[in-house]
Parts: sequence; C-alpha cells; structure tokens
Amino acid sequence: MPMLTDIPSALGLYRAMLRIRLVEETIADRYAQQRMRCPVHLSIGQEAVAAGVSAALASSDQIFSTHRCHAHYLAKGGDLTAMIAEIHGKETGCCGGRGGSMNLVDPDAGVMMSSPTIGSSIPVAVGAALSMQQRGTGGVAVAYFGDGASEEGVLHESLNFAALRRLPVLFVLENNGYSIFTPLDQRQPAQRPLSDLGRAHGIPAETVDGNDAGAVRAAAGRAVGRARRGEGPTLLVCDTYRQSEHCEPAKVFDVGYRTAAEREEWAARCPLTRLRHQLIAEGILTKEAEAALLRSLRTEVEEAFADADAAPFPSPVNAMEHLHVR
Amino acid sequence: MFAERRIAAEPPPSGVPTESRILSGADALREAMALCMERDERVFVMGQGVTDPFRVFGTTRGLLETYGPGRVVETPLAENGMTGVAIGAAISGQRPVLIHMRADFALLTMEQLVNNAAKTAWLTQGKLQVPLVVRMFIGRGWGQGPAHTQSLESLFAMIPGLTVVMPATPADAKGQLIAAIESPNPVIFLEHRWLHFTRGLVPAGHYSTPLDGPKVVRPGCDLTIAATSHMVVEALRAADALATAGISAEVVDVAVLRPFNPEPILMSVRRTGRLMVADTGWNTLGMGAEIIAIVTEQAFGALTGPPVRVGLPDLPAPSSPALAGDYYPTALTLFDRAGALLGLPPSRLAVSRNRLAALIAEIPVDVPEAGITSPF
Repeated sequence: MPMLTDIPSALGLYRAMLRIRLVEETIADRYAQQRMRCPVHLSIGQEAVAAGVSAALASSDQIFSTHRCHAHYLAKGGDLTAMIAEIHGKETGCCGGRGGSMNLVDPDAGVMMSSPTIGSSIPVAVGAALSMQQRGTGGVAVAYFGDGASEEGVLHESLNFAALRRLPVLFVLENNGYSIFTPLDQRQPAQRPLSDLGRAHGIPAETVDGNDAGAVRAAAGRAVGRARRGEGPTLLVCDTYRQSEHCEPAKVFDVGYRTAAEREEWAARCPLTRLRHQLIAEGILTKEAEAALLRSLRTEVEEAFADADAAPFPSPVNAMEHLHVR
Repeated sequence: MFAERRIAAEPPPSGVPTESRILSGADALREAMALCMERDERVFVMGQGVTDPFRVFGTTRGLLETYGPGRVVETPLAENGMTGVAIGAAISGQRPVLIHMRADFALLTMEQLVNNAAKTAWLTQGKLQVPLVVRMFIGRGWGQGPAHTQSLESLFAMIPGLTVVMPATPADAKGQLIAAIESPNPVIFLEHRWLHFTRGLVPAGHYSTPLDGPKVVRPGCDLTIAATSHMVVEALRAADALATAGISAEVVDVAVLRPFNPEPILMSVRRTGRLMVADTGWNTLGMGAEIIAIVTEQAFGALTGPPVRVGLPDLPAPSSPALAGDYYPTALTLFDRAGALLGLPPSRLAVSRNRLAALIAEIPVDVPEAGITSPF
C-alpha cells in the first residue's frame, strides 16, 4: 500500500467509515429489542465505497441509493438523528416514519432517493443529471447500485441515455458478491467483467478495490472531474464484500451459501481495519486520538438513539398529508 | 365531426383571452405544450418521436425549431428508464412532459410510476415533488388490436399519489394539459386517439382547466350518464337521441379519475335517481365499477333502480373491423341501456333509435374519420 500523502483526507475517510460502522453495529446490537420494526440492510464491510465516493463530491451534488443506503446517506452528510428516528418509525425521522430504513432521504444533503426496488433509482439519478445539464448547474449525480442491479434492464437503458447525452452522472457499481444468498457467478458469466457493461455503451469504466477508501476516492475524483468538464458519465466498479447478512442484522446464516474461509479472507481485508493499521503504522492516528474519536462518535450515536427513543410516533391523522401537493 | 357541433368550449376564466377557434384536439394539445414551454423554461418534452417528421400526431410540431434538442428530447426506446429519467429531472427542479404513443408501452414503466412518481412527495412529506406529466394515448384505430389500443386508465387510477386525467374535448384537452404541466404532482394524461381528430371550439391563449373532478357537460333530469374520455362523445350522442324521445339525460364528464371527487356525480344522481356509467376501459374493476360502488355507498337511497355499467367486455381488443363493431360500445349501446333503465317500451323509442342507428352506421368503427385510409 502506498504511503498516505493527504493526511487530513485519510483521517476524514477513516472517521466517515468508523462512524458508519459504529452506527450500523449499534443497529445490529439493538435490533432484537424490536424497536426498529423495519428491514435493515447493513453495509458493514462496504463502507469504503460510500466514504470514498462522497469524499469526491461537493455538498450540492446529488446521490441516489438503494435498499442498502445507510452508508451512502451518512457519508453524503445525511442527518444521523433523522436516520435513526426514521428506522424507529418516529415523526422526527427523515421521512416522518413513512419510509423506514430502505427509503432514507435528506435533500438538504443531496441524498435525493433510496429505493428498495433493485435498479429503480438508477434512471432517476440520470434524470437529475439531465436536469443539471439543462440548467447548467455544474452538479454531478451519483447512481449507487449493486451487482444485482447490474442484471436489470433499466441499468442498460440508463447507461445508453447517459452516454448519448454525455450526462454528468457517476454510476457506482458496488459489487458485494451476493444477491441475498446467490453469488455473482451463478448470475453472470465469469468471462464478462462488470466493467464491460459500461464499455458496451461507450462509457469509461474503472474497476477499483472497493475496500480501499483512498483508491475509491481517487477513482471517483477522476470520474467527477470528467462529469464536471462535460465529458459525460463513468462506470466505477467497486469490488467489496458484504460482511453482514443481506438483511437480518444480528444473524449469521450458516447454511452453506458462503464458507467460513471466504468470510475470514474478506474480514482480513476489512476496509476499516486496513486504513486503521495504515494510519497507525504511519504515526498519523495515535492511541489518544483514536480513543477521542471513538468517544465522540459513540456519544453522537448514543444521542441519536436516545433522541429516536424519546421522539413521538407520527399521528395517523396526518397520514394523508402530501399525497398530492397543493 | 359530431363533437364539433355538440361540445361547446367551457367559458374561460375571467381575465383571459376569450377568442375561440375551431381546432383539432391535436392542435389544442400542441398549443398547450407550446404555451407552457414559452412561459416556463423548466418545461421540456421527451419521448419517442417528439422530433420525428410526424411529431407525435402533430402535438409537438414546431417545438424542436423553437426550443432545440435540449428541451425537446428524442429518447431511446427505453420506456421504463426514460420514465425514471423524467422523474429524476422533475425531482431536481424541471417540469418534464413524457410522451408514449401507446398506453400499452407505458406498461413497461409501471415500476417507476408506481414506486417513484406516485410516492416521492408523500414519502418525503413534500420536501421533494414530482411535477411530471406522462401523456399516453389510448383508443382504437386501423386494426391495431390487443396490445396497441388498450384503455389502461384503471391501472393508473388505482395508485394513490398519481393524478389521472382523461380529456374529452379539444378545449378541455388544452386547459387540462396546461393544468397538468403546471401541477406539482405526477399526472397521467390519457388521450383517446380519436380526440386528436375531434374538432371543437378552443379558446386562444393561456388558460387552465382545474383538475378538480367531474363536471356536468349536458344537464338533464331523467338519468345520469357518467362517462370517461371518448365515451363522453358517445354519451352526448346518446343524450341527443334520447331527447328526441322525450328523455332528458344528464351527461357528466368524469375527467379526473384520481384524485376522484365523487360529489358532482352524487349530486347528479340525487337529482335523477338513475346512474349509467360509460367507461372506455374494461367493465371489471374499471372506473365505472368504482363510480357505481361509490354511488351505491353514498347515495343508495337516491337510486330508483340498479346502476348500469357500460364498458368493454372482458376480452382483449380484436384487430378485425368485423369484431371491433361488437367490442366497442357506442351511443346506441347507451341509448338501449338507458331505455331499459327507465323501463320504457321499445315502441316508444323506435323512431329515435332508428335515427341514431342510421347515424352510427355512418361512422366507421376503426377510424375517427371516414377519410382516414391507412394506419394512423
């Protein structure tokens, strides 16, 4: 691994990833209490993708995410308290309890949509990019999606149109290897790399180690630069691994769909551990600084959970509001 | 065409130009598009054929020349993806008008419309809005058959969060399209293809026809005919014929299927005591079924007899003109069902019926105008 040259950025990436990890571990720890009564899809092991991409974006850029949206939302600056309240179904949630964990949005932070239907948010990101191009805002839209969505027709419709109009959009394919229990090699031909999906549409594609936050940030930065210069879309394939299960946060399904050896191999490549070791080895992260960082993040997370617990539930009286905008 | 004589333009709201011309529905829709693009630079149009030589039956004529390819966006053949693109543009501040030349094609877009367009404003409690119009065309013509003519309005109208509009006249088509484009909500705008050929009085300039629900287009006191889209034209024809037999039918144009405001229909039924629905779609689970359910729930005591449902039989639409004649209900169907609803002996209706039957016989089943002799 090369030496870290931009120390404040490296620390920023580490902080962003650690924050996501602590939030999601807390969700997993407390899920059995039954106060979070919606499906949650954790990004544990995949934090480097969200942190790296967001580090290359401006706050006014927009992201469009999936059912597995916690990391994307938090890395882009989505409000933590509103997220935890949303997962608890509370009125103070980012959607007032209407969406739950899979529909996180925070328009002020540029988190415009999270959609639990696979592939659904991809063309919406392309539409936002069209709007940015039409209005000349200089903004960039990001479509986050997984390896599963790369099998959906709508991805190809979106890639084609984005290439045709040279839209300022970054397609981030977060390949975690599995669609629920089904591995990629049962779903796609091994002889066709995922990056070819972009090249087939004339879109530059780059494959990066999705567990290396610095590499993701660098690649995303190149893509965002191209988009801002009017050079069109990029496909960024980030190879990573879902350390947790598809949905049930506190369980391990030892049913033979993946081996312990595979899990251990990827655990050793954990993006957070890797960057932490590097920061420590290079003397950037001291024990004291790490302890202080953990303290402050844990306090923030505890406060968010406490706020969610204390917040009122939404009233059914208001459930019809905003169905039609007046 | 008949509608030119029968359908008067609604008087425009005060303070707007009152000059009216006879226009086709297609020209009325084109005017609406052009006016909205002129008034608001956020408005843009996208779809297959919006820049082709025929310009979507003429309804996008002149727009490319005036506004260029940045705002008149020819699209790939990717209905679902392009619907997502339109939704994304709408969420991000634009006002797209997406066009499908057949409603059948919009079946490919249900995921985007149902999951994203319909829910975003509600989900985000109004922080994000989807000011989107999807124009799509329904209706028969030139043997287009089972997957090119479907009236799929009830598929859309069952989804909370969508607005579903079915214009019946050129004047309303223009005013309702302007209202749809200016609405902050996602609007499914279903144009019967024969409306494009219907000619009628259309006010000049900008006016907006509120999307606030059904309206009485012909007053009457003996029965209420609540009709959608082209069936409004058939209902007015039937009402004319019924009038010659001394029967006064009130015709209500349903116009806005969702959010549905039943009040004008309930008020009408409370006056007339009898209800017939005339639906462009299938009978089963159609808009007509919904209207009958609501009237039965809320005005049961006003009904002097069972409501009557006229719509398409539960069959796909056939291509052959020999089969289409039986498939599509006409003014004559409505006339006969009205007579039965009122319990009138056929002898009393015979003269009027014969005259209507002769008129209907002159109207082709598979084209909106006798002069059309090729696919359109």
